[in-house]
Amino acid sequence: MDLFYAYEALIAFVGINGLLALSIYATLCCGQLSLANAGFMAVGAYTGALITLHAPHVPFALVLLASVAAPAVLAVPLGLPVLRLRGVFLAIATVGFGEVVRLAFVNWDFTNGALGLVAIPQRTHLWTIFLALAVVLFVLGRLQGSRAGFALAAIREDETAARTMGIDANSYKLAMLVAGAAIAGLAGALEAHFTFIVSPSGYGFSRVVDMLVQAVVGGVAVFFGPAIGAAFLTLLPEILREVGARLGLSPGPFRLFLDGVVLLAVILYLPNGLASLPQHLRRRRAA
Amino acid sequence: MTLALESVSRAFGGVRAVDDASFKVEAGEVHGLIGPNGAGKTTLLNLISGLLEPTGGAISLDGRRIDRLPPHRIAALGIARTYQNIRLFCALSAADNVMVGQHLRRKAPFWQALLMLPSSRRERQRARAASEAVLQRVGMSERAQSQAWMLSYGEQRRVEIARALAAEPKLLLLDEPTAGMNPPEAAAVARLVRDVAREGRAVLLIEHNVRLVMELCDRVTVLNFGKVIARGTPAEIARDPAVVTAYLGEGA
Repeated sequence: MDLFYAYEALIAFVGINGLLALSIYATLCCGQLSLANAGFMAVGAYTGALITLHAPHVPFALVLLASVAAPAVLAVPLGLPVLRLRGVFLAIATVGFGEVVRLAFVNWDFTNGALGLVAIPQRTHLWTIFLALAVVLFVLGRLQGSRAGFALAAIREDETAARTMGIDANSYKLAMLVAGAAIAGLAGALEAHFTFIVSPSGYGFSRVVDMLVQAVVGGVAVFFGPAIGAAFLTLLPEILREVGARLGLSPGPFRLFLDGVVLLAVILYLPNGLASLPQHLRRRRAA
Repeated sequence: MTLALESVSRAFGGVRAVDDASFKVEAGEVHGLIGPNGAGKTTLLNLISGLLEPTGGAISLDGRRIDRLPPHRIAALGIARTYQNIRLFCALSAADNVMVGQHLRRKAPFWQALLMLPSSRRERQRARAASEAVLQRVGMSERAQSQAWMLSYGEQRRVEIARALAAEPKLLLLDEPTAGMNPPEAAAVARLVRDVAREGRAVLLIEHNVRLVMELCDRVTVLNFGKVIARGTPAEIARDPAVVTAYLGEGA
């Protein structure tokens, strides 16, 4: 039990990062590289924190609902123009959106500018995080084999062919951008009510890169892959810290280096991510 | 079902890829679209399926203008197609490609799948069964679980036809369906096309194999430099001096 409390924050971040990686997966599964999710996360976090600070009697469930709704609504006017862009152009436009959101919070006095909001009551529990993760995984899992699931796969594989099969690609892409925004907003609010603070520096470009790396390392061919990648990359530095401490090394600066090495190794040797490892091993044993 | 093209044109800059083309395709007929390379045949198919908008003229299905509709709306009106350079969903299995083809047939909204309602499970089973039936029809049941990129060229073409048929279209557009096939495979596709027309569907077919066109088509439209230069039964087309000149040049 002591061990559990010692690592509570770490376990919480396994769940929060899992949600964030899944928020990237939402658009990635229909072939769209959208990197707006740090911005959506910030909107969710600030929405939740502001409600909790200014109206402490609002039940936490309603706070979370608002944190889901705000970025989801914001995703619509963003998505309508930018989802016309393909590939790297969509990525650039959405990174731009994320930076605009971050800079808006930096310059907004109402939210204390660059200092952000502090002393947010802790309302997130481990079970809240993992309940949210379970719900998101369930919804994404139900897409498999459904009409919508096939439509998303078709858009990812060949958008033109998908359109001529009767699939309204624009609507599906927008729906998934909204879904990803909602998940990111939820994760943002859960994190804000766990760490007591929100500040613009927490939602920069590097945050969305973390989400993307975790999703890719876990694997985006299956819906639970991103959650696995997030768990792996969240736990890895802690494990290495323990190991390093015993060996008398300080791994601090090596963390990012290690993330990069893991990402490279996965892309080279396991293109479908860690989630495909069992399948990969089975095939190798058979061969 | 009647597909009518009236003075349809499409220009790319100064190039008139399709120039004042008019013809009709009726239910139950196999309509051949032939012409030398670069005659505008594929452009015409792209115009009908909505991937391109005409720069002039009108395309209508049963009297309803479709030439300004997006591709998915046109597909919903009952037009399905294949592509000259096969466009399967490579990472999906043959069976799943055909499942995508049933998008317009499947009606259960996502919330039903989300709530795991029996209706959504039944619908999925129905779709699976229908996909298997269509794959059987094109002779691909044995490779149903293979990923599309692993299939041979001829197999990919057949899966693509199956994907289009799964939508149960009123009008099927086939862009060189037998390209890269050996003669027995091509003959099987020809039989399939006949069958499809016999069900009352219209087939508009781009094909380079002249013998196949002669045997298979009820009527033929010949394009050259974007213009319709001849129209008629295969026998009439074969005698037409303009067609002979287009294919073989002056003095032939």
